[in-house]
Amino acid sequence: MAEYSAFSLLANALKGNKDWKPAWRKPDPKASYDVIIIGGGGHGLATAYYLAKEHGITNVAVLEKGWLGSGNVGRNTTAVRSNYLLPANTRFYEHSMKLWEDLSHDLNYNVMFSQRGCLNLAHTPAQFDDYARRGNAMRHLGVDAELMTPAQIKRLIPALDISDSARFPVVGGLMQRRAGTARHDAVAWGYARGADRRGVDIVENCEVTGFLRDGDRITGVSTSRGEIRAKKVAVAVAGSTGRVMQLAGIETMPIESHVLQAFVTESLKPFIDTVVTFGMGHFYMSQSDKGGLVYGGDIDGYNSYAQRGNLPVVDEVMSEMLALFPGLARVRMLRSWGGVCDMSMDGSPIITTGPLHGMYLNCGWCYGGFKATPASGWCFAWTIAKDQPHEFNAPFTLDRFHRGLVIDDKGQGANPRLH
Amino acid sequence: MLITCPYCGPRDVIEFTYQGDGNRERPNPASQNLDAWNAYVYDRLNPAGDHNEIWQHSGGCRAHLRVVRNTVTHEISSVAFVHGDHTSAARRKAESKS
Ligand SMILES: Cc1cc2nc3c(=O)[nH]c(=O)nc-3n(C[C@H](O)[C@H](O)[C@H](O)COP(=O)(O)OP(=O)(O)OC[C@H]3O[C@@H](n4cnc5c(N)ncnc54)[C@H](O)[C@@H]3O)c2cc1C
Ligand SMILES: [Zn+2]
Repeated sequence: MAEYSAFSLLANALKGNKDWKPAWRKPDPKASYDVIIIGGGGHGLATAYYLAKEHGITNVAVLEKGWLGSGNVGRNTTAVRSNYLLPANTRFYEHSMKLWEDLSHDLNYNVMFSQRGCLNLAHTPAQFDDYARRGNAMRHLGVDAELMTPAQIKRLIPALDISDSARFPVVGGLMQRRAGTARHDAVAWGYARGADRRGVDIVENCEVTGFLRDGDRITGVSTSRGEIRAKKVAVAVAGSTGRVMQLAGIETMPIESHVLQAFVTESLKPFIDTVVTFGMGHFYMSQSDKGGLVYGGDIDGYNSYAQRGNLPVVDEVMSEMLALFPGLARVRMLRSWGGVCDMSMDGSPIITTGPLHGMYLNCGWCYGGFKATPASGWCFAWTIAKDQPHEFNAPFTLDRFHRGLVIDDKGQGANPRLH
Repeated sequence: MLITCPYCGPRDVIEFTYQGDGNRERPNPASQNLDAWNAYVYDRLNPAGDHNEIWQHSGGCRAHLRVVRNTVTHEISSVAFVHGDHTSAARRKAESKS
């Protein structure tokens, strides 16, 4: 499957690059499949890829209402990390990290995974103690974590104001060196190509508008391109979860849709070569390979299905950026955009069989699901193929709320806008 | 986004704090019905369209408001006091008029 190699690049260059195949076909949907996956985002595509690769299930369609990658997979700020506190999260996200570390090779597609580290800044001794606790929890489970002093941090990020006169002095930080960033579009394209080459049909501009049923069993979907039957129907629609589940007659979910904005500045010379997060508010930033500073903060804070944000959060994010990096005051912002996130009631995802017969559900990614893309697809494919969860996603059930088994890494309770 | 507080008039959204879904009904505190409590704490309607929600005018008169807002367009079609017109704000307004 090594379509891209030094040899193929050279051979195609000599032939004027006219013989490359499209990365995925544009098939018309068939009348039926073994598995239909609703949602051609990173998670849906990864699920299709691992269904084919790990379980030999290739009679699969991924149905995407827009174009491939038009959802959050192409809108996120690309931070990848596994620095969680609670064991269920740490194990799951570390499984993802291990898949990331081999992903370009596995897909034969350069997803530009860059382990430039992720540093959480602490601004009070109590916060530093809290990071020490989290770092210890991570190391207990074999994940790398390091505490850093202000002097070490200053060497890593010279532009950071660590002086005592800073608005929020830096007292230390927690660093995960294996964390970093990846090229988000390439992740979608790489999984799409990998799934396509194994026989999966990726059907774009095909919106699911309803579910077909036989009694209480889901037997397929109705779409803007006709009815399609399937033995198994998997839902991986991120911010649209509420809407799509309503089509199946499920009126309430432990989910609220909220908009998250992101920003990018004009290109700068190398300025910062890690991902940094601010501990006194919610702000994080990294530098893209093109030179733009990519950053974001909180969700807008009220239910929204609009793929755009409002000004108060723009204002807040900019002031947090300047509290950390006063030197960026005159850098121009190039673009901002928004994506719709499915905020769950405990801040953790749901990957499960059900809730209806013949249905499988993957949702609740909040604003941190990009890093989960490989493990989400891997675990979801396992769950669909075997009709039971893998141990990595067994805790992420839909009924955990009602059973009192929430996985609340931030300790914010059932307040999705605070996760 | 502007929210027209019935007491203060149209104000920028930054003066308000979102208190979430206004459809939820808190069960009677004495209720032993776990399903009702679970639904109250965790289950949400989350519609794409008109949404019945609670906002507090925290940077203004501090009244709690019931707002109907479209979650796709952000258009607001109605704002009212959560507790009818019996808030202190409404009372003050009524008194200042009489
Ligand atoms: C601004 C922003 C910044 C973020 N930053 C980070 C970050 O730094 N790190 C991180 O880990 N995570 C981040 N995230 C979160 C992450 O992007 C998401 O959690 C993750 O991408 C969601 O999974 P997905 O890729 O499958 O979703 P999506 O790409 O949204 O895929 C869902 C797809 O379903 C399709 N769909 C919806 N309804 C239907 C229908 N009826 N029929 C057919 N198709 C349908 C949509 O069109 C969409 O393409 C960020 C999110 C945003 C918005
Ligand atoms: Zn008011």
